[in-house]
Amino acid sequence: MPNLGTQTGQFEIAPISLWRRGMNGFVTLAAGAAVVLVLLPLGAIFAYLIYKGLGSINWAFLTQTPKPVGEAGGGMANAIAGSAYVLAIASVMGVPIGIGAGIYLAEYGRNRFGDVIRFTADVLNGVPSIVVGIVAYGIVVLGQGHFSALAGGVALAIMMIPTITRTSEEMLLLVPNAVREAAYGLGVSRWRTTLSITLRTATSGVITGVMLAFARVAGETAPLLFTAFGNQYWNWKMNQPTAALSLQVYTYAISPFDEWHRQAWAGALILIVLIVASVSAVRIAAGRGMLKGAN
Amino acid sequence: MANQALGAPRLTGPQPVAKPEVVSSSRAETAPLIKAGDSRIPDGIFHGAVLSCGVCVLGLVGVIVYQLVTKSALSWHAFGWKFFFRSEWDPVNEQFGAWPFVYGTLVSSLLALVLAVPLAVGVAVFITEMCPRWLKGSLAFTTELLAAIPSVIYGLWAIFVMVPLLREYVEPFLARYLGWTGLFEGTPYGIGMLAAGIILAIMVVPIVSSITREVMTAVPQQQREAVLALGATRWEMIRTGVLRNARAGILGGVILGLGRALGETMAVTMVIGNRPEIARSLFAPGYTMASVIANEFSEATSDTYLSALVEVGLALFLVTIIVNILAQLLVWSVTRGMPRRSNA
Repeated sequence: MPNLGTQTGQFEIAPISLWRRGMNGFVTLAAGAAVVLVLLPLGAIFAYLIYKGLGSINWAFLTQTPKPVGEAGGGMANAIAGSAYVLAIASVMGVPIGIGAGIYLAEYGRNRFGDVIRFTADVLNGVPSIVVGIVAYGIVVLGQGHFSALAGGVALAIMMIPTITRTSEEMLLLVPNAVREAAYGLGVSRWRTTLSITLRTATSGVITGVMLAFARVAGETAPLLFTAFGNQYWNWKMNQPTAALSLQVYTYAISPFDEWHRQAWAGALILIVLIVASVSAVRIAAGRGMLKGAN
Repeated sequence: MANQALGAPRLTGPQPVAKPEVVSSSRAETAPLIKAGDSRIPDGIFHGAVLSCGVCVLGLVGVIVYQLVTKSALSWHAFGWKFFFRSEWDPVNEQFGAWPFVYGTLVSSLLALVLAVPLAVGVAVFITEMCPRWLKGSLAFTTELLAAIPSVIYGLWAIFVMVPLLREYVEPFLARYLGWTGLFEGTPYGIGMLAAGIILAIMVVPIVSSITREVMTAVPQQQREAVLALGATRWEMIRTGVLRNARAGILGGVILGLGRALGETMAVTMVIGNRPEIARSLFAPGYTMASVIANEFSEATSDTYLSALVEVGLALFLVTIIVNILAQLLVWSVTRGMPRRSNA
C-alpha cells in the first residue's frame, strides 16, 4: 500500500518488502522446477526408447513372426500388420459414424435432442478403455463365440466416435453461415450444401479430429486384451484373434525373458514413432489454418 | 438429383458464390424454378442418415450400460451391496468382494493427484504467466506430447527404468527418513502402490495442466493489469488475480485428471504388483479395479467369476462418469462467459 508522503504532499511508493520479493522469486523458481520435473520423464522415456529400441530393430524384426522362447531372432511383423488391420476396421466403422454425428450436431442439432447427444458423446469420451473392452467382449466375442479382430475393431471404434463427433462439430460450426446461405441462394439443396460446401470447407479440421482420435486409440492395449486377444501367427480373418503391436509390447514387457524385453522396447519405439508422426502431422495441418476455403 | 430442375452446375469447389453469372444462364431462366419438394426426399434421407449417426452415439452408451448391467446381474444377486465392502477374492470357492480393488484404485489415484496437481499447476502458471513468448508454443506442445504416449509405453518404461530406481534409491531413502509415518515401511520391492501412484502422476499431469492453462487464459487480461497496477508482485498478481478466479476450473481439471487416473489400466497393471491386499505401507503391492479386469477377465472360468469382474467394470464406469460430469460442469463455469462475481 502506498504511503502518503507528508513532507512532499506526493505519493511515495513503498519499496517492495524483502519477503514479497523473495516469495515472488521462489514461486518463479518453483514453477520453472515443475516444468523441468515434468519434462524429465518425457525426456527419459524417449531417450530409453531410442537407446533400447533402436538397437533391436532390424530387418528380421520387421518381417518375421515371433519365435518361441529360447530361440533368438523373430519379430513383430504380424503384430504391426495386426495393429494396422484392427485400426482399419475401427476406422471404417468409427469415422463415418463420428463424422455423421458431428454433421447432425452442427447442422441439425441446435435443440434439446442435440444437447443430449453432445452430452452423451462427452460421457462416452470418459468411459475407461477397459470398460469398452468388456462391452466389445459382450457384443462381439460372446456373439461369435471366440476372440476376433472384429471385436478389437469394434472396441477401438467405440473409443474413436466421441472424439471425431465433437471435433467435427466444432470444425463445421467454424464455417461461416454466409457460405451456407450463398449455396442455398443458388438453389442448392440442403444435403448437397452440407456435403459439398460446408464439410468440404471444414475438411482439414475434420481430418485433424480423425487423426487425433486415431492417435488416441492406436496405442490402446486394455480394450484389445480380451477382444483381439493376440496371436503368434499371421491372421487376416476378421473372425480370428489377431496380434497387435501394443498387446505384443505388453506381453513381452511382463515376460521374464531378456530377449523379449529387448523386442518390447523395439515394438514400443515403432509404436511411438507411428503415433508421434500422426500427431505432428495433425499439428502441422492445424497450423496451416483450419479453414482454408472460408473467407 | 436434386439440382436438375435448376440446372445448377456440379459444385465441386468450396466457393459456390464465385460465378454469379451461372444463376442468370439461359437454362436457369427457362427452367421452372424448382418444383415443390424437389429436394425434400434426398434432404429427408440425408437428415435421417446423420440423425441415425447421432442416435448411434446415444445408443452406444445405452448398449454399454445394458451390457454391464445384464452381465453383472449374477454377481449382484449373489452379493448385493456387500460386494464392494468384502475383501475376499476367492475364485475357487466363488467368493467375491471388491474392496481391495476399490481401495487400491482410490489410493493410487489420490497419490497420483497429490503428486501431480502442484506440478501441473506450476507448469500451467509457468507457461501462461512467466515464460517468454518464443518458448510458449513448444513448451505447451511438449507437455501435451506426454498425453499422446500410450499407456503400455509408460508401463514398459516404469518396469525397466523407474521401478529399479525406486527400489535402489528412492524407497530406501523414504524408509529411512519417513519410515516413522508407517507409509514407507517394509521391503522396498520397487513394484507396488508407490510406483503406481508415480506413473499415474506422470500420466495425469498433462491433462490437469492443459485444463488449468485453458481456464487461466480465460481470465481477462484487465484483471491482471488491475492487480499489477495496485503494486502487486507477479506472484501476488497470479495468486489473487488469476488463480483465485480460475479456481473452479482448476478444480475441474483436477477432477478430470482423477477420472483418467481411476480408469487407467495398463501402466498401473504393470507396476502395482497385482495382489489383492490392503496394506498401510505404500511399498506394498496392491491391485486396482481396472487391473483386476485386465488380468483376470479372459481367464475367468465360471459365470459368477466373470459376472463379478463385470460388476467391478460397472462400478468403474459409474464412478468415472460421475467424476467426468462434475469436472465438465466446473470447467464450464469458468470458461463460459466471465469469471464469477462472487470471486472478485
